[in-house]
Amino acid sequence: MSVTQTASSSAAQRELVAFRMGAQEYCVDIRSVLEIRGWAPATHLPSSPSYVRGVINLRGTVLPIIDLGARLGLQVSAPSARHVIIVARIDRKTVGLLVEAVSDILTVAEDVIQPTPDIACETVRAFVKGIIAIDGEMISLITLDGLLPDEIAQEAA
Amino acid sequence: MDPMEAIKATFFQECDELLGDLEEGLLTLETGGGDSETVNAVFRAVHSVKGGAGAFGLEPLVRFAHVFETTMDMVRSGALAPELHVIQVLLRAADHLADHVAAAKAGGTPVGGEDAIVAELEALTAGAGSAPAAAPAPIPTFEATPLPSVPDEPDFGFSPMMISLDPDPQPEPEPDTGADWLVRFTPKDVMYRNANDALPLMRELARLGPLSVECNIRTVPLLDALDPLGAYLTWTVTLTAPDVARERIVDVFEFVDGDCVFSVEQVEAEPAPAPMILPEPEILAPVASKPVAPATPQVAAPTPPASAETPPANEARGAEAAAPATIRVDLDRVDRLIDLVGELVINQAMLAQRVMESGVARSSNIALGLDDLEQLTREIQDSVMAIRAQPVKSVFQRMPRLAREVAAMTGKRVRLVTEGEGTEVDKTVIERLAEPLTHMLRNAIDHGLESPEERRAAGKPEEGVIKLAAMHRSGRIVIEISDDGRGINRERVRDIAVKRGLIEADAALSDEEIDNLIFAPGFSTAATISDVSGRGVGMDVVKRSIQALGGRITIVSRPGLGSTFTMSLPLTLAVLDGMVVTVGEQTLVVPITAIIESLQPKPGDIQALGPDGFVLSVRGAYVPLIDVAQAMSWGETASTGPGVTLLVESGIGGLAALRVDAIQGQRQVVIKSLELNYQQVDGIAAATILGDGRVALILDVDAIISLRKRSTPPSPPQFAIAS
Repeated sequence: MSVTQTASSSAAQRELVAFRMGAQEYCVDIRSVLEIRGWAPATHLPSSPSYVRGVINLRGTVLPIIDLGARLGLQVSAPSARHVIIVARIDRKTVGLLVEAVSDILTVAEDVIQPTPDIACETVRAFVKGIIAIDGEMISLITLDGLLPDEIAQEAA
Repeated sequence: MDPMEAIKATFFQECDELLGDLEEGLLTLETGGGDSETVNAVFRAVHSVKGGAGAFGLEPLVRFAHVFETTMDMVRSGALAPELHVIQVLLRAADHLADHVAAAKAGGTPVGGEDAIVAELEALTAGAGSAPAAAPAPIPTFEATPLPSVPDEPDFGFSPMMISLDPDPQPEPEPDTGADWLVRFTPKDVMYRNANDALPLMRELARLGPLSVECNIRTVPLLDALDPLGAYLTWTVTLTAPDVARERIVDVFEFVDGDCVFSVEQVEAEPAPAPMILPEPEILAPVASKPVAPATPQVAAPTPPASAETPPANEARGAEAAAPATIRVDLDRVDRLIDLVGELVINQAMLAQRVMESGVARSSNIALGLDDLEQLTREIQDSVMAIRAQPVKSVFQRMPRLAREVAAMTGKRVRLVTEGEGTEVDKTVIERLAEPLTHMLRNAIDHGLESPEERRAAGKPEEGVIKLAAMHRSGRIVIEISDDGRGINRERVRDIAVKRGLIEADAALSDEEIDNLIFAPGFSTAATISDVSGRGVGMDVVKRSIQALGGRITIVSRPGLGSTFTMSLPLTLAVLDGMVVTVGEQTLVVPITAIIESLQPKPGDIQALGPDGFVLSVRGAYVPLIDVAQAMSWGETASTGPGVTLLVESGIGGLAALRVDAIQGQRQVVIKSLELNYQQVDGIAAATILGDGRVALILDVDAIISLRKRSTPPSPPQFAIAS
């Protein structure tokens, strides 16, 4: 796929990184993405949610890997060499997001982002902040806030 | 930061150093050591704190420092002999001054108890004031030393006799009337850098008597060779003040001592120095009129060229190299550097491993080059770690004050002896050492030492001795606190432990085991809860904080002779000695400090206990067996399967055996935080990166054991098991 321009004269432009999980297309704001790298076997962490794949070494930093598909309630991925990790910034933490493949970088106008339809389940609604239709394909824009396991809730338990 | 705030922060940093010098000097004097230079150093410290505080408008601090300084000045001038009781008041004043500084730093108003100390200081001043009524200061016993850098007489007033030694009212026997003082003064550039200037010094001299000043500008180079920050001028001052003591003149230069070359000589007022004196003695005029700027002294040279001889400028420069140069660096930068070097070490290990795997011969040039690289990275790592290293002195320095306070509170007499203050260890270790050390020192005085009466009855000197020593031993730092007190009362320790349910009444314990009971949680031997030693949370907290630092603490006690606590700590917290083990498909690191031994159990040694618990028989004693794979929920391996067990000691005081699949070996690993990008994980202390580039987790032994306990029925008391 090529870089797509959905020109809309006046509205503010946003750049998004689109990626594939299962048969669905998702995207995140490019400003939170630091880099994209290939999959490396992770070291498992004990007593962690199933969507936390473990930690890997990113040039000396211990990077937790979140299986984004599992986090959104899709299926748990069986990572292969073709999977990629989107290294992203969430709050002040650097986190790796395991996805199947990065497909595109989009520049869209703010006003083509439609609100999330009402039918989605709670997990999806928590992360999917809007949908974009491009060339007849639907891409869901997700937010990374709250992606990490809730530390406060865990401590209280 | 606001520039003023930054300067203020520097001031407080310097205050800490000055207060340290102050206390150190006073302690030297207390033990009867020291000389006039020590007294001067103490005076200077108080004076500098006062001066700096004045600049920031810290009024209460200035007021107190002034009273203190006045008293110190009397000691310095010999009007007040540095007897023991005087020094003790001064030490209390130093403590109070430190409180003032701390209060000013925190922005609060200072601490109470000021009136009492001020009264004590004033009593000293007043007492001294009446004594020398018969013997007006300055005391006449000194002789002018030829060395300008030693301004004071060497044997300065240390005998209490000095005050009334010689009531000769003639203050200065040496100078004959009619003689002038010739002062030659050559600033070094460092003097200007320290924001000092020649002008105030000249003004100060002018207050002593009429003077003529002459500036030698011959040494000023041509403009193209001129260093704008250099110092090129020499002043020759002729002071007509025959009844002024040499001391007074030298004192003018006190604050630039070392930053300049100066000499004070007595000359005949008659024509001898005539060429030095300008035709018309312009008192101060040439100096006062010049626009003195510290950074550009050579611009200000309007004084007429004179015939004075060329000053020893080269000599001045040569003398500068004395003090070791230091710089203040932001800690973050150092930590970043340490991080990067950690990466370098890991990368080097990975590279070496890959090259070896690719089948390169050990003797090939590549392999040899890699060996050199390894050597070099190790050296870089050591040097970088050394940047963070600091002498333990900064912690030890706080202890004398604590000892004084605790001694006063408990009515005991204590002498604190410190050794090995120069031993260096990582800054973080030092910071986290202060609290346990404080606790232990308090305990040693409160519980360890007897009261003076008891000591006398036991045939010991009334004054108890506490020794605080630091040393390097096999890559770790060892800190010992020993007292010459009564030692641990094992009968009582045992009784209390039984009463608290820590041990069974009939448990057979060795002396060592009884001594170690004081580290058990909730144990207190003090008959009453005292303010000093807290509420019996003492030693177990100490033990835990030492263990949190990756250290160990042991105790040796001999009844009637005293106890020695020995702490062994890692030199740095950035790296850790670990045992690399395999559990399932994962590689884990177990901190070496927690491991007592590794065992290869025979099938019969492992016994089931309860529904899912297992114990391991270790030479007749049963310790709980924890399967690490299960604890990490990494597998369902049965605990009875083949494997290796590590006998570990937990910070909570008990032993446990950890079952792992295999031991790979011992290695030094760089500690990486998990919390930085993720969060804390139960049972995991931190992570590290191994030579193959993969992340390995570092086991938190304490947490693993307590996790295990939570899910199993209450285990029998640890010490009962140990028996």
